[in-house]
Amino acid sequence: MMTIEEFIRKLEEEFEDIERGVLQPSTDFRTIEDWGSMHALIIIALIDTEYDVTLTGADMRSVTTIQELFDLVKSK
Amino acid sequence: MAQFSISGVDIKGIAACVPKRVVSNFDYEVLSESERRMLVKTIGVETRRVAPKYTTTLDYACKAAEQLFEETGVDRSEIKLEIFVTQSRDYYLPSTALLAQQRLQLPQDCMAFDIGLGCSGYTYGLGVAASIMRSSGIQKALLLVGDVSTVTCSYNDTSTYPLFGDAGTATLLELTEQNEWNFAMYSDGSGEDAIKIPHGGMRHLLTADSLEERKREDGNYRADLHLQLDGLSVFNFSITKVPESVKLFLADNKTTPEQLDYFVMHQANKLMNESIRKKLKFNPDQVPYSLDRYGNTSSASIPLTIVSELSDVMSEPKKMLLSGFGVGLSWGHALIQTNNVICPKMIEL
Repeated sequence: MMTIEEFIRKLEEEFEDIERGVLQPSTDFRTIEDWGSMHALIIIALIDTEYDVTLTGADMRSVTTIQELFDLVKSK
Repeated sequence: MAQFSISGVDIKGIAACVPKRVVSNFDYEVLSESERRMLVKTIGVETRRVAPKYTTTLDYACKAAEQLFEETGVDRSEIKLEIFVTQSRDYYLPSTALLAQQRLQLPQDCMAFDIGLGCSGYTYGLGVAASIMRSSGIQKALLLVGDVSTVTCSYNDTSTYPLFGDAGTATLLELTEQNEWNFAMYSDGSGEDAIKIPHGGMRHLLTADSLEERKREDGNYRADLHLQLDGLSVFNFSITKVPESVKLFLADNKTTPEQLDYFVMHQANKLMNESIRKKLKFNPDQVPYSLDRYGNTSSASIPLTIVSELSDVMSEPKKMLLSGFGVGLSWGHALIQTNNVICPKMIEL
C-alpha cells in the first residue's frame, strides 16, 4: 500500500522544477509555480500509470490539497 | 460490434505533404519561457508546419497524390474510388472529394465522396475504402486524408494553438490475392463538446458574434468559430477507451504486441500516447513518433508518421496496428499487413 510520502516523491519526480521538501500533504497543488492544465495532465497520467486509477477533470476540480488528491486516489 | 475483416486489399503507396513554414513552440509568446519548455516536454510538440491562408487540405493532399502517381506508375484513369477524409473542407458544398477528382483528373466513372472525421479518420477511411473495393471489385482506390487545423485555432488559446500542425496525405490501395486486414470502429457522441468548433455550421450559423474572442473559464481567449478542446476530457477518454478497445481488438484477432512490427497511433500528445503505449506494453521502438516535428495533424497523423518515420522500411512486408482516436468522440483500429509500400519522402508545398 502506498503512503502519502511515496506519492509526494513521485509528484516531485514528475515536476523537475520543484525542490525536494516543498510539497507537503497540506500543499494546495494549484499553488505550484506556473500551475496550469499541463500539470493536471501530468498528475492524471502519473496516477493512471502508477495506481491504475483514471481521474476525470471533475475529480481534479473536486480536490485542493495533495492529501485530498491522495485520499481520492486511494478511495477509487 | 463494428468489427470486421477484409481480405485481398493492399497498400501500393503512401505520400504526405506539409506546408514549408515551420513554427516553433519555443517562440509561442502567450506562454512564459518555462511554460514553453514544459509544454514541449509534456505535449511533445516542438515544431509544427503551418499552412498559409487560403492554402487548403485539398492542395496538400493533391500534391501528395500527384507524387504517388509519379512514383508508383499507376494510371490515374484506373482509380474508380476516391475518398476524401477531412474536417477542413474547401467549401460548404460541394464535397472536397469532387474538387480532388477534377484537380487530379480522375475519371468520371469514379465514386468520390467525403468522410467528415478527424483523428480517427484514417482508420475509418481505410476500412470503408477496403470494404467498398472488396464488395464492388474496384481494383484501385485513392484515399486522401488530411486537415488544415491551424487556421481554426486562436493564438490566445494555449489548449489548442501549440498542438496542431497541417498536412495532407494520399494512400493508394489496390486489390490483391493476399492480406487479411481487421478493423474495429467505435463512436461516442456524448463527448461532442470535448473537441468542437461551435459556430459556423447549421446549428449555429456564422454571425458577427462568432468572430469575437472572449475569455473562457479556463483563462484562454477564443471565438466560437475557433476550435475548442477540453484537454482533460480528451486525455481521460484516450487513456481509458483506447487501450481498453485495442486490448480487446488484439485478443479477438489472436494477436499480441510482440507479433507486430509497428503500432502507429494518432499523434495526439506525447504524455497521452506514452500512457497508451505503456498500458498496451508495446516497446518504444515499435511506436514511431512524428509529433515533435509536425504536431497533431488530425486525420493525417497516421499516414504522415508512416511517411516521416518508416519510409525506408516500408518496401519490406510489415504487420502493423493503426489506431486513430479523438474528435466525435470517435475511435478506430486497424490491423493491417503491407507488402511493398512505395513511400516517397515527405513533400513540402
